[in-house]
Amino acid sequence: MSRVVSLYLPTWPTDRLRRNMGAAAPDPAMPLVLVGQAGRRREVVAANAVAIRIGLRVGMPATKAQALVKELVIHHADPAADGEALERLAVWALRYSPVVAIDGPDGLVIDATGASHLHGGEDAILADMISRLEGVGITARAAMADTRGAAHALARFAAQSSLVIPECESAERIKPLPIAALRLTADIVDDLGRLGFERVSDLLATPRAPLTLRFGPELGRRMDQATGRTGDPIEPVRPPDIIETQQLFAEPIGAPETIARYVAKLTIKLCQEMELRGLGARRLDLLFGLVDNRVQAIRIGTAQPVRDAKRLTRLLCDKIEKVDPGFGIEIMRLAATAADPFNTKQTISSLVDEPEADISGLIDILSNRVGETRLYRFEPVASDVPERSFRRVAAAAPASKEGWPAHWPRPARLLAPPELIETVALLPDHPPVNFTWRGSRRRVRKADGPERVFGEWWKRDTELIAVRDYFQVEDDAGERFWIFRAGDGEDAATGSHKWFLHGIFG
Amino acid sequence: MSALVQPAVLRLREQIQRLEGVPLRARTVLPFGVEAIDSRLPGGGLALGALHEVAGGGNAAINGAAAALFAARIAARTKGKILWCITRQDLFAPALAQVGLHADRVIYVDACDEKTVLACFEEGVRHGGLGAVVAEVARLSMTSSRRLSLAAEASGSIAIAVRRWRRQTEAADFGQPTASATRWRVSTLPSSPLPVPGVGRARWLLELIRCRAGESADFVMDACDVQGRLALPADVADRSATTQHGRRSA
Repeated sequence: MSRVVSLYLPTWPTDRLRRNMGAAAPDPAMPLVLVGQAGRRREVVAANAVAIRIGLRVGMPATKAQALVKELVIHHADPAADGEALERLAVWALRYSPVVAIDGPDGLVIDATGASHLHGGEDAILADMISRLEGVGITARAAMADTRGAAHALARFAAQSSLVIPECESAERIKPLPIAALRLTADIVDDLGRLGFERVSDLLATPRAPLTLRFGPELGRRMDQATGRTGDPIEPVRPPDIIETQQLFAEPIGAPETIARYVAKLTIKLCQEMELRGLGARRLDLLFGLVDNRVQAIRIGTAQPVRDAKRLTRLLCDKIEKVDPGFGIEIMRLAATAADPFNTKQTISSLVDEPEADISGLIDILSNRVGETRLYRFEPVASDVPERSFRRVAAAAPASKEGWPAHWPRPARLLAPPELIETVALLPDHPPVNFTWRGSRRRVRKADGPERVFGEWWKRDTELIAVRDYFQVEDDAGERFWIFRAGDGEDAATGSHKWFLHGIFG
Repeated sequence: MSALVQPAVLRLREQIQRLEGVPLRARTVLPFGVEAIDSRLPGGGLALGALHEVAGGGNAAINGAAAALFAARIAARTKGKILWCITRQDLFAPALAQVGLHADRVIYVDACDEKTVLACFEEGVRHGGLGAVVAEVARLSMTSSRRLSLAAEASGSIAIAVRRWRRQTEAADFGQPTASATRWRVSTLPSSPLPVPGVGRARWLLELIRCRAGESADFVMDACDVQGRLALPADVADRSATTQHGRRSA
């Protein structure tokens, strides 16, 4: 099942204008419209959110808009520049998936099949897109569905700004949407409205033949595309001046061994090309053009620039099983979509000790399998609060050489979040006599503590006087736990005085 | 103990190794540095280039805290980076540093399921550039353990499977045979007594449940200290292993 993301930018022309003007941009709280020439009259072609809220519409005469709103800011529309900027945005969106295309004047469509887990899941990929765009002042809405048509419709007509439709539910979810969601021309939508069709479900319940007779094949095609009955190929954008090699096949190929053989050939050619330019690949996209016009893609990334054909082939061949060749592959295109200068280094040959083995190859293989964020090391952070005393860094990051203070025992397993336990304990600074955790009651035989940890007032106001008292306790069987009491045992302002189990010692 | 081994037995072992198809290079070992344990292991230590299994005993089968520390302690004594494959992120890095495994050396792979953990585990073992590869797995079939030990034999890295189950009842799986060279169970015992109130140094019951070309045994040990050293407790004297070779390791 393919997964398609549709990204809808409702106020793209005005957002782009504001971004271009920089400091000279008009106040975002002011109504802003862009005016273009339509025949002999000047009319509004784009409006920002404020202008739409106060009643201005796309398509109304510019003079009328001026008459309605006193302090209206008017600029000239530049659809050509908008289109170019959208193309650049599509190249940016290649970071999410190798198959990205421009969808109309105000959106992108991204084939995210098999790419979501690299960004932390389907919800996370949409949230990341929207927040990144919002960060640069572009309003965006996104939806993920099984088909391009459904994603397009839901991005524009669903109530949420970010919506993930579970697999196989897309056809059901587009039924209540208005007919305009189906990417039909304005005439057809008007005519259908006149005939009493309002929702997509009305259309789907009507016999197809009379509709086709009246409106032509377009209507049926769009309905089938939305429900996934016919294909809807996405022709991906290619970033300018990338290093690319391609292989055309006179007879379509499909067997994994054949694909692997040609991957090896393409990689060798690509590496020669990169050598001429002194580059090494950081990201490779391999696109398969299928006989039925569909595009399938696999992508690999590397931690450091790589120009070793064998290693790149290995990384690509790991993913071949994810490609569904369908009726056959007609063209294979391999491109280095991200490349960095590749400097050969002389290795230091030392007589004293052996150099540490190079494991960047293994890091690449594993991060392409599980996702870059799931491969990490821990680095100490100067904080007494246990859950804040470490942070994740990339596996290939330089070593920090620092460590944690070793004079306090720390548990091998840390529960996140700490689990509430029921205790019998004397206040203010005695360890509990017994406690109940996950339904079993344990008697405390030995205990050490308290180790007082103060809240970090520079992080949050509520932590100004917060305190935790940690105890190491041992039960009858010799199992040892790390428990703490929220609060100092005397002042209720320092914590709730509830007890929590935070870790298990080995 | 090695003095007792007859030359005929040595020849037989060589023959068995040939039959098993293991390349006949000198198998190196990683000694524990505790005579009581090393003397029970063939070759005087944990075999490098082999798969070893560690599990927690009792309730620790679920949290595997002691088992993880024991694995970390073995890994700390190797050279190079360590790959640690997990499905549940509850390992506390400062505790590993306290048994001598510096955080800079450990690369974690957070795999989403058991299958991926095994795939990453095997990939790490096969690479050969790592000192040790540790994976927390619940199920380990004969097939996958055989694959892992073959990969370890080819590359020479030490592979440690920390067996960790979701439920107590699943821990019966530990009885199933696998192709690992040794199999350990680490359970916590009441800590060593102190003259004052408080928790003393942690104490473990190390059970060597299965050992290829060796006998099973169990040891009561003081848990790893900051340098990662295990030690025989000072007050344990009633065990045969202790009375024979009883010597507190440095």
